[in-house]
Amino acid sequence: MSLTTNLGTAAGSVRRHTWRPRIANRNRRARVLSFVFMLAAVSAVLLLALLLGVLLLRGWDWIRLDLFTEQYSRNAEDAGLQAAILGSILLVAVSGVMAFIIGVGTALFMEEYAPKGRITDVLQTNISNLAGVPSVVYGLLGLALFVEMLNLGRVLLAGALTMGLLILPIVIIASQEAIRNVPLGLRQAAFGVGATRWQVIHHHVLPAAMPGILTGTILAISRAIGETAPLIVVGASAVVFANPDSFFDQYTAMPMQIYQWAKQPQEEFTQLAAAAIIVLMVILLTMNGLAIYLRERLGKDRW
Amino acid sequence: MAVQRVPTRSVMAREPVDLSGKRNRNASEALIAAVLFLFAAFSLLVTLGIGGVLLFEAVRFFREVPVTEFLFGNTWTALFLEKEWGVLPLVRGTLVVTLIALLVAVPLGLMSAVYLSEYAGPRVRSILKPALELLAGVPTIVYGYFALTFITPSLLKPLFGREIHFQSALAAGIAVGIMILPLMASLAEDTIRAVPYSLREGAYALGATKLETSLRVVVPAATSGIVAAFILSMSRAVGETMIVALAAGARPADGWNPLEGMQTMTAYIVAVFTGDVVYGSLEFQSLFAVGLLLFLMTLTMNILSQWIARRYRKVYQ
Repeated sequence: MSLTTNLGTAAGSVRRHTWRPRIANRNRRARVLSFVFMLAAVSAVLLLALLLGVLLLRGWDWIRLDLFTEQYSRNAEDAGLQAAILGSILLVAVSGVMAFIIGVGTALFMEEYAPKGRITDVLQTNISNLAGVPSVVYGLLGLALFVEMLNLGRVLLAGALTMGLLILPIVIIASQEAIRNVPLGLRQAAFGVGATRWQVIHHHVLPAAMPGILTGTILAISRAIGETAPLIVVGASAVVFANPDSFFDQYTAMPMQIYQWAKQPQEEFTQLAAAAIIVLMVILLTMNGLAIYLRERLGKDRW
Repeated sequence: MAVQRVPTRSVMAREPVDLSGKRNRNASEALIAAVLFLFAAFSLLVTLGIGGVLLFEAVRFFREVPVTEFLFGNTWTALFLEKEWGVLPLVRGTLVVTLIALLVAVPLGLMSAVYLSEYAGPRVRSILKPALELLAGVPTIVYGYFALTFITPSLLKPLFGREIHFQSALAAGIAVGIMILPLMASLAEDTIRAVPYSLREGAYALGATKLETSLRVVVPAATSGIVAAFILSMSRAVGETMIVALAAGARPADGWNPLEGMQTMTAYIVAVFTGDVVYGSLEFQSLFAVGLLLFLMTLTMNILSQWIARRYRKVYQ
């Protein structure tokens, strides 16, 4: 660098060092910072562990059979989750099937039928924006559309339809990705022996893309199980004494029950909430694990 | 199917034989395409539905309460007898919580992203990536519970003593930060990874250390994607509901103190439904006005994020 000027100054002996590579210094800095980066990355694991630890510590004693056999009660000792678990299962079943059918259909249209251009651009932008709409806004949509306009009332079906709309973009995006990853050669071979477009899709593209589609659907469903805000808005009740009889009955769901218990000032109820969260998390971690497994096992090295 | 019927009839009529069954096939093909198109159009309807519903009720609200009073008023007492409809306190709550969340998530997320992309071997990655995904799969109500029962009493109480309230913007903000951390980290990692390898090789050839390569060459090259990730995480934080409903408090904020409870826009919506809301009342309509504002804010951020990601992509290829 400015070697000559440095030599010319009185403090040259000090400043002469500035043009040296200072490699030891720089390497030390690199080592220290890479350690800091590692700590940051590991913090995700630590946070997850901390979260689970706190929950287990608080809720473990309350994990007992009553949780699955009993219903809402003012008394923490007698309170259970049965209606909530059943409600969650029914909600997820309806919304999952709805999002799967519409979502895979949309993805097929976008990837296999629609010519790339204006229309697909608009649809694609629309889908990514839908994925970013806050869940509570979906609740407002469900409230105005299903509860009030279609006059369903505050019933299970209204909640399930709302949840279906909420997870639809997730299923669409995952399915698109899976369909896009099916190699073109597969389609060309099928077209080559005279299959129609739908036969190509039905016999080849869909089966090949199914692991990816299922992974996305499972992740979407696990999102639906944990969502609370839209259910509060479309009127899932936190105080339900019996299992829902039909899709037109009032209902509750696991996160609703957790919300209700977590808000209580009594210590027993916060511990009960922790127990309910543990049940919820076991379900979710199983589903997410299954999804990750599906993707890693079935998705890798297939082509 | 019907295909077999065609030849016999054709032979009797001494017409050319069509074995392809093309007419049938074309008809069902067209039908399938039409059905799939309807599915695709459905997602447009959902957007229109959201916009329509929010606008419809919000307009009815703005007939009673002037838009300027709503947007610039500094008092929000919707759930009191004496009602004032200035949304600024709720916006302030959202802003403070989001800011704290970003302060937690952005440094941690960026550093994890650099580590995962530039430093971690495949073995470490195969542990850390799933952990991030699992963290992303935790329902937000659980984070809310975590804020209420762990972050406040065990983390903030020792630090701030009496000054920290039972519900506070700080506790909620930290929890929201943990919630958006996986999103920030994985989106940033994707773009950092996508930087072409030749850039790194160039830096090494000039004698840069690994750190200098990462921070002065690779990360700047991924700036657009990182900014997009940042905006998307911010949008997620703004729209987050259950954490703030549990942990940020039920009182619209007077000031900026994050140690006190601050109701956010989303928390207000939930708070109204915890009581009894009458269909068609002004409170009911105010939900949609707040919802509309929330929707517009997140939509702007999402579009901006996509625009940045698209506009500045592939500069290096």
